[in-house]
Amino acid sequence: MNSRATVTFDISQLEDTTKFAERLATRVSPGTCILLEGDLGSGKTHFARALIHSKLDELGLWEDVPSPTFTLVQTYVAGDLEIWHADLYRLQSVDELEELGLEDAFESAVTLIEWPDRLGPLVPDDALHLRFELSDDTRRLVCTGPQHLLDLLAGSTK
Amino acid sequence: MKDIEIILGIESSCDDTAAAVVTADRRILSSIVADQTMLHSAFGGVVPEIAARAHAEKLDFAVEQALSEADVTLKDIHAIAVTAGPGLIGGVMSGVMLAKGLATGSGLPLIGVNHLVGHALTPRLTDDLAFPYLMLLVSGGHCQFLIVNGPDQFERLGGTIDDAPGEAFDKVARLLGLSQPGGPSIEIAAQSGNDKAFAFPRPLLNRDGMDMSFSGLKTAVLRSRDAIISEKGGISLKDQSDLAASFQSAVTDLLVEKSRRAIQVYLEQSPVQPALAVAGGVAANTLVRAGLKDLTSKMSVEFIAPPLPLCTDNAAMIAWVGHELRRIGHPGMTPLVPRPRWPLDPRRPSMLGSGKKGAKA
Repeated sequence: MNSRATVTFDISQLEDTTKFAERLATRVSPGTCILLEGDLGSGKTHFARALIHSKLDELGLWEDVPSPTFTLVQTYVAGDLEIWHADLYRLQSVDELEELGLEDAFESAVTLIEWPDRLGPLVPDDALHLRFELSDDTRRLVCTGPQHLLDLLAGSTK
Repeated sequence: MKDIEIILGIESSCDDTAAAVVTADRRILSSIVADQTMLHSAFGGVVPEIAARAHAEKLDFAVEQALSEADVTLKDIHAIAVTAGPGLIGGVMSGVMLAKGLATGSGLPLIGVNHLVGHALTPRLTDDLAFPYLMLLVSGGHCQFLIVNGPDQFERLGGTIDDAPGEAFDKVARLLGLSQPGGPSIEIAAQSGNDKAFAFPRPLLNRDGMDMSFSGLKTAVLRSRDAIISEKGGISLKDQSDLAASFQSAVTDLLVEKSRRAIQVYLEQSPVQPALAVAGGVAANTLVRAGLKDLTSKMSVEFIAPPLPLCTDNAAMIAWVGHELRRIGHPGMTPLVPRPRWPLDPRRPSMLGSGKKGAKA
């Protein structure tokens, strides 16, 4: 496995998250798995929406990016790239992941996963964990993942 | 009855599995919705039906029951209408597969229907409303204003740019430790609360246009809750009620103010029978309903709220769309391919704050 590291970014302004997502959008490729962790209202969907819009925008495309809470998964096609936006909160067992086809998507698509604790043992080894932390007046984004990906991201929000 | 067309409707685009039989003269002969309420409350969230197989099993049962309650057989049916999207793709696919099977076996025409059109045309099924009318579709997964000009003509005036209000109700209920679904439990908790205890934001309230945002409101509730917890070590029942009441009041203010703007735009078209119709589970909220009723009476616009079982997901509305489309000679979605997203008005909406805009006509 690649060496892993942790980097923390200040995302006190909503735009910080947007910019970070836009920057990360230029680094993703099939097989990139981004796990979005944090409480309700901490900014997970906002991040995913910004990344998807940015990726579509590269090709002059635009699509509505609704919350996947009700539909569990929303998929988007940006040229050759498929993007999966999933919200696993409503899942009850790991078996159901098979029905969703997530395991295949981990290899063939970019996956953005909210409530990834439901994945259990299926978390891809090289997944990028983004933890949205909210306290008093500060918001922080704690990123843990492969060293090479984090190196590329360093300085993203500044 | 031989002369009047009868359509079988099938709906399985989200958590509910439904089948219904509806006549062209607006009679609902049966409307079966497989009830999952018990599962919902046991889990503390809405249980999604992920497995297409499980959906299919329930669908068979729902169709059988719909036909027998309507006292008809497939021989009496003139067409089958099925939801082809938008929604949970596994559910949509199993509905479409079943409908294709039935249509092939019986030789009946099959009509692929947009779930949102089902909601949008419901006021014509229940109240025979004339076009064009204004529609506020406000549910767990959707929130938009539409001018409904015809069975296949919709003009989207605006909608949520993030979460749908129904989703915000569910998630705020989760934050406050209230049961699911969140709409009813927040409404009950709010009854004993002070709606001015917390000054929650009304995002985009004074912004031009009819776009809305509910995600920031949810975050504001989270912050207030956490502030109370760190101060007192927990939240009391009173805090819970006050948070619920203040949240509900913010949602209502937003929906009412944006409805006012939408009505103004709609009235410019000089409709013959000016009306605001609502659909979706959130329309059942007493405060939201009262706010909209008050607004429409002030603006001399009729307020139409179909009965709750026809406001939430059902198959009668899908069968009704089948009738409306057949009347104008529209074949429905062609070819019939299930779609997870299927906007009613495909024009690109103007984007707030990003400097990007422009509807491609």
